[in-house]
Amino acid sequence: MLHYIIRRLLIAIPVLFGVTVLNFFIINLAPGNPVDMMVNPSATPEQLAMTKHALGLDQPVWVQYFNWLGQLIHGNLGFSYQTREPVTQILMSHIGPTLLLMGVSLVVGYLIAIPLGILCARKQNSWIDYLVTGFSFFGISVPHFFLGLGVIYVFASKLLMFPTGSMNTLGGDGGLIDTVNHLVLPVLVLSTGIAGNMVRYVRSSMLDVLGKDYLRTAKAKGLSQFIITNKHALRNSLIPIITVIGIDIPLLIGGAIVTEQVFQWPGLGLLTIQSITSRDYSTLMAINLLAAVTVLFANLLTDILYAVADPRIRYD
Amino acid sequence: MGELLKVDKMKTEFQTEKGTVTSVDEVSFDLNEGETICLVGESGCGKSVTSLSIMHLLDRNGSISEGSILFEDKDLANASEAAMRKIRGNEISMIFQEPMTSLNPVLTIGDQLTEGIRLHMHYSKKKARAYSIDMLKKVGIPRAESIIDEYPHKLSGGMRQRVMIAMALSCKPKLLIADEPTTALDVTIQAQILKLMKKLREESNTAIILITHDLGVVAEMADKVAVMYAGQVVEETDVFTLFDNPKHPYTLGLMRSIPHITNPDDMRLESIQGSVPSVHNMPKGCRFYDRCPHAMQRCLEEKPQLKPIEDKQSHSIRCFLYEKEEQDYENKKKAKEVNS
Amino acid sequence: MPPLEQETPLLQVKNLKKYYPIKKGIISKTVGHVKAVDDVSFDIYPGETMGLVGESGCGKSTTGRSLVRLEDPTAGQVIFQGKDLASISHREMRKLRTDLQIIFQDPYSSLNPRKRIGDLLAEPLIAHKLATRSEADQKVNEILEIVGLSKQYKNRYPHEFSGGQRQRIGIARALMLHPKLIICDEPVSALDVSIQAQVLNLLKDLQKELHLTYVFIAHGLGAVKYISDRITVMYLGKVMELATTKEIFEHPKHPYTEILLNAYPIPNPHMRGRDQIVVDGDVPSPANPPKGCVFHTRCPFAKDICREKIPVLSGKDHLVACHFPLESVNV
Repeated sequence: MLHYIIRRLLIAIPVLFGVTVLNFFIINLAPGNPVDMMVNPSATPEQLAMTKHALGLDQPVWVQYFNWLGQLIHGNLGFSYQTREPVTQILMSHIGPTLLLMGVSLVVGYLIAIPLGILCARKQNSWIDYLVTGFSFFGISVPHFFLGLGVIYVFASKLLMFPTGSMNTLGGDGGLIDTVNHLVLPVLVLSTGIAGNMVRYVRSSMLDVLGKDYLRTAKAKGLSQFIITNKHALRNSLIPIITVIGIDIPLLIGGAIVTEQVFQWPGLGLLTIQSITSRDYSTLMAINLLAAVTVLFANLLTDILYAVADPRIRYD
Repeated sequence: MGELLKVDKMKTEFQTEKGTVTSVDEVSFDLNEGETICLVGESGCGKSVTSLSIMHLLDRNGSISEGSILFEDKDLANASEAAMRKIRGNEISMIFQEPMTSLNPVLTIGDQLTEGIRLHMHYSKKKARAYSIDMLKKVGIPRAESIIDEYPHKLSGGMRQRVMIAMALSCKPKLLIADEPTTALDVTIQAQILKLMKKLREESNTAIILITHDLGVVAEMADKVAVMYAGQVVEETDVFTLFDNPKHPYTLGLMRSIPHITNPDDMRLESIQGSVPSVHNMPKGCRFYDRCPHAMQRCLEEKPQLKPIEDKQSHSIRCFLYEKEEQDYENKKKAKEVNS
Repeated sequence: MPPLEQETPLLQVKNLKKYYPIKKGIISKTVGHVKAVDDVSFDIYPGETMGLVGESGCGKSTTGRSLVRLEDPTAGQVIFQGKDLASISHREMRKLRTDLQIIFQDPYSSLNPRKRIGDLLAEPLIAHKLATRSEADQKVNEILEIVGLSKQYKNRYPHEFSGGQRQRIGIARALMLHPKLIICDEPVSALDVSIQAQVLNLLKDLQKELHLTYVFIAHGLGAVKYISDRITVMYLGKVMELATTKEIFEHPKHPYTEILLNAYPIPNPHMRGRDQIVVDGDVPSPANPPKGCVFHTRCPFAKDICREKIPVLSGKDHLVACHFPLESVNV
């Protein structure tokens, strides 16, 4: 197992390298540059050139890339072109809110989806199955911005039950209750999508397992349906679900761009949008790098979880 | 030796998209305590559906629509799910064809073995474990103390089938249903499992319904045999009579079509022409009609009944060819009744 | 038909090996091999049926597949018409495929479900550019009749047939190119007993009519006995015994052969309780075969030498790889 993890980590290095190369060049292909966004519109061409030179943006792209890479190897993600703050610091201040929002959304989504998925499989083709399947299609297909604006309109503007956005009340004490209050609506939007997707996987995976020989064996032993479903079937049906969870984990970092924007949630999603509009290359590169690391880490975690859930899988 | 099980004209139907399909029709046989009956036939003859019907293990769309299954004094055909749960694994248990897929891959052997014991025998965790280890030793599993904590994939097919047998026999059932228990195994392993089953049968006096397509296994294991074709029993008698004096054209055809290592060198196999009729399109009369070398006009129109004839042992056949014998037997029986 | 001394073999297998690497560690180092086929040699004579028998994992299927290059052998030669099939290019092999065909166990999964039977059968003729569309069509009619299917079935799809009919289609496909040798890989194992006899009889009749040579792979000894002239008994990738069918069944020399024959339940209840040697234990893993004779872990007659020295397959017509072959009691 340890050998396997080491091998996977070694393979991750060239992959990350490739990801950074692609990102760097794609970003540089985009029209506009940080300098245009940061200086005042009446600046002279000389002033622009000076700023460019000061930031190293007048060098060829590949030189810029290697400069960036050299800094990265020393653990330095550079400074934001926009705010002049260290990028590491900016990321740190945004990562917490995103992890909170997405973590809660994933947990809520799964807590809804897994029991419902099992129920649908057990009562295949019943009205409850059709109802849940209907809701799941709604959850998958409704765009987040639309659902987000919808719930803001109903629950925040009309019913005044929850705040319209942000993470804490301005000038408030920033306590737990206040944060939870702000979390409800964005979590509702995000977990609708997550649950809608997950419920389908749980249902089909459970249906698959319910037809297996070993469940007939369990039934032939005289076990109750409750034990058959929850002891014998559930763990087996979760094995394919791990793949879906593995795909969901990177969403922790980048899945909430639209929702964060709608709710003005001060997380990485909002930061991404801001860095794109201000052509803040160094921040953008750092976010991309973080996303790539998360994806690779999630894949590795998925494979390890397989081995935990399924005793037949052993890596060596 | 008292009567343990009496299946009488059982009919099992499945609701499918194409309508109701009758998979098993008028299946009748009986079984005494400690006796072994083999249900023989080819795929689709309904032998597995028969056993799953007895256990109420049919898929959701299947159910017993007619007939009765008397097990001791209970009619299982109408038993509730709660009543069946008390019987399954306790009074009647079952082993299946595919040892590779019949055990849950994510639970240890011990988990799967002890749960039935704890459920039906109300043993404590510790006692159930000790008893499980004994059972594993009894079915010939080496290193039972450590195997009990292993997952099924670590075991070979033969070993898994032994675990299944240990599991099935742990609550001392009165009836064991074994659905092709050796078909998926290699022949040397099959010999081991058959030997084990014989030994355990002697020790426990468990009655067995053994489902197989292999006449060799039948000859080795059975006391009684019911030959099934297209969802019906076509011939039923004791094993010696069946092999010495087979009557139904299907039984005869089956026996002559099997290549066996004891066959003489130059013997040509007689194949049964054609194939089994589809469940969606069962013939009105005799179901073997279009494959039978003795088919008559009558067989096409009229449904033959399973009736006894005079023989050394009880012997019933579903065929018009033996109508006279069947009639004679009935007359004799009547005469006897009148005399007494 | 027992081979005549002077006859030249149609196909010679010499020291055939097929190993699959087992990889482990950070850089996927090969740490061992699964020896699926380990040093197998035999000759096949024109017109005969060579039965390959043994239990699962004995390497019989891998051997059969290596003969038609569905597996690339690790070592050894397969000589057919003066060419070594194990080492020729895939291009050359393609040409020879018209002479070498294979029939599979599961006729359903080996037929493309989206193609009509007529097209499936015509495919090899057209692929090898041996016939025009209409000639191929004519040929399909002919072959369908030979295997006992109506030519009206041409426009049907594989799922519309029963298991036995599908196997007939499998046979028809193998016959389309007039092969010299057909590898039959468990052709009746998936079929019902009453259908097995139909297919076995068909194979027997075709052999006579078309002068075919078969390698018949099966785990059911009954079918193998019925169809084979000679039999090769395999265990854990190695040949244990090779002799005529009569010899194998009447005077088996290898303890494994004896045990295998003995393990078959006899369809005669009066023979119950006969002296039966039941061997304990399972077949060892081919990744880690026992030293010396591979059968020694289960052999009731094993002695010290069996645990150390690999027995050589030897004999004139009746070959056996055993240090202590059973004395045949000749009457």
